[in-house]
Amino acid sequence: MASSTTMPYAVTNTAFEVRFDGVGRSFTATNTRRGESAEPRIVLRDINITVKPGELVAILGTSGCGKSTLLRITAGLDTGFTGNVTIDGTPVEGIDSRSAFAFQEPRLFPWRSVTQNVALGLPHGIDKAEGEARVAELLELVGLSASAHHRPREISGGMAQRASLARALARNPGVLLLDEPFGALDALTRLKMQDLLLDIHAAAPTTVLLVTHDVDEALQLADRVILLGRMPGEPGATISELVTVPGGRPRDRGSAELAELRAHLLEGLGVDRHTTSTFSI
Amino acid sequence: MSATTDLTPRAQARGKAARQGGGSVRRARFTSTRGGQFLISSILPIAILLAWQLTSSLGIFTVGQLPSPEMVWLAGVDLVQRGLLGPFIGISVQRVLIGFAIGASLGLFFGAIVGLARVWDFFFGSTFGAIRAVPSLAWVPLLLLWLKIGEESKITLIAIGAFFPVYTTVAAALRHVDKQLVEAGRAFGLSGVQLFTTVQLPAVVPSVISGLRLALAQSWLFLVAAELIASSAGLGFLLLDSQNNGRTDRVILAIILLAVFGKTTDALLGLFEKWAVRRWA
Repeated sequence: MASSTTMPYAVTNTAFEVRFDGVGRSFTATNTRRGESAEPRIVLRDINITVKPGELVAILGTSGCGKSTLLRITAGLDTGFTGNVTIDGTPVEGIDSRSAFAFQEPRLFPWRSVTQNVALGLPHGIDKAEGEARVAELLELVGLSASAHHRPREISGGMAQRASLARALARNPGVLLLDEPFGALDALTRLKMQDLLLDIHAAAPTTVLLVTHDVDEALQLADRVILLGRMPGEPGATISELVTVPGGRPRDRGSAELAELRAHLLEGLGVDRHTTSTFSI
Repeated sequence: MSATTDLTPRAQARGKAARQGGGSVRRARFTSTRGGQFLISSILPIAILLAWQLTSSLGIFTVGQLPSPEMVWLAGVDLVQRGLLGPFIGISVQRVLIGFAIGASLGLFFGAIVGLARVWDFFFGSTFGAIRAVPSLAWVPLLLLWLKIGEESKITLIAIGAFFPVYTTVAAALRHVDKQLVEAGRAFGLSGVQLFTTVQLPAVVPSVISGLRLALAQSWLFLVAAELIASSAGLGFLLLDSQNNGRTDRVILAIILLAVFGKTTDALLGLFEKWAVRRWA
């Protein structure tokens, strides 16, 4: 595949299929005081979905429903799950170098400069000069070239989150896993970051799994939206709804069709739509 | 204002202070200059020296109780001329440095394994805790029986003294390394030694150095304990010998020398600590 002309090194077009096959996860309660038997608590069950290469899928759900757990399972950070997760046809067993993770917090190393932090994401064994060139381009891409030599404490939260995104992109991941990466940002910065993500994805359509609790964000960014939720009378969350978002990106934030979908998804999250006067933003 | 948003809070505060006029700024500047700091910190020692001189001029105490500063100075000159003071200081400094080096290295090693792996914490934790509770002087008879009155017994005692501050601070610091940062390191493919050198070690550098500072101070304490009881040279020996001969001037000289050397070595490590905090934290 031809790489983008604006980013010859930084992002190449690798995109892998991610397949979840009967994935479940339960946790055993650790505080078993007074000899109570530790009943495993089922968080996720029966997750079945195939994410196509280059697809951008948003995972929506109420807090504590297991969206982050699903993402961590995909990254290989959580190995205690049941069922099968495959990336590009091969199962995920432990930390997987084909995927890259951007956390809700920037999680930059305070003793490293922004450049050094981004460089940490580079694939192992990459040529030094090539690595430097890629980091420089990624910093350019996320607009941090001027702050390349600053320490994380010297930059704003939005800048730190961009550095975190650049670090994940440095891996040249076939699957980009984003755990509410814009959740802690102010509203305006969040919108800019969403546009940045779309730019990156347009330039190099890697597969993206985006965990969010923001319905608008999901509708603005995703090809498909997974709604994680509980079925009445069943333990644990599973895919309660799978919505294909209509229209190409960037999408009109005021579209009536999206507004209807938004109200529908919010209902799925347990938010009353009140009247029919729903509007985006 | 937008120009300052990327600056550190401290830099902003400095800029603000510079813009404001008035006396408060001038006072702040005085304490922020080297000369001003030195001047303020030398007020108390000079006052003590003057009070000492005054009490001996007025004859409040007998010479046996409190000799004048001049007599202490002359006692020092006398010892130098006899060729005793240099070797005494030399042997004491040597014992402190060797004991400190041994104790601190062992402390680093055991602190690291106990802090990193719970199994070693369970294995060593309580035993080391119990050994730590033994007062320094309680070791002396045993060390003398085992190692005789040689250098080994003194260096062992100092090493015991230097071990615990390093061991406890390193173990605690490693146990409390930000779990999110460690996970971020793991997510980018780091594990084992690489994870340790890239994430955990840099994260604990400032605490390790403050542990080393404590250990050095402790080494001087243990040095005197060792030399007071069994030695034929060194500052501790000078203390004991002078007490037996009723040479209060030499006792005070030894105390002042211990204070000066303890403070000097601590200040050197303090500079190192300052640099390390700027570099790593």
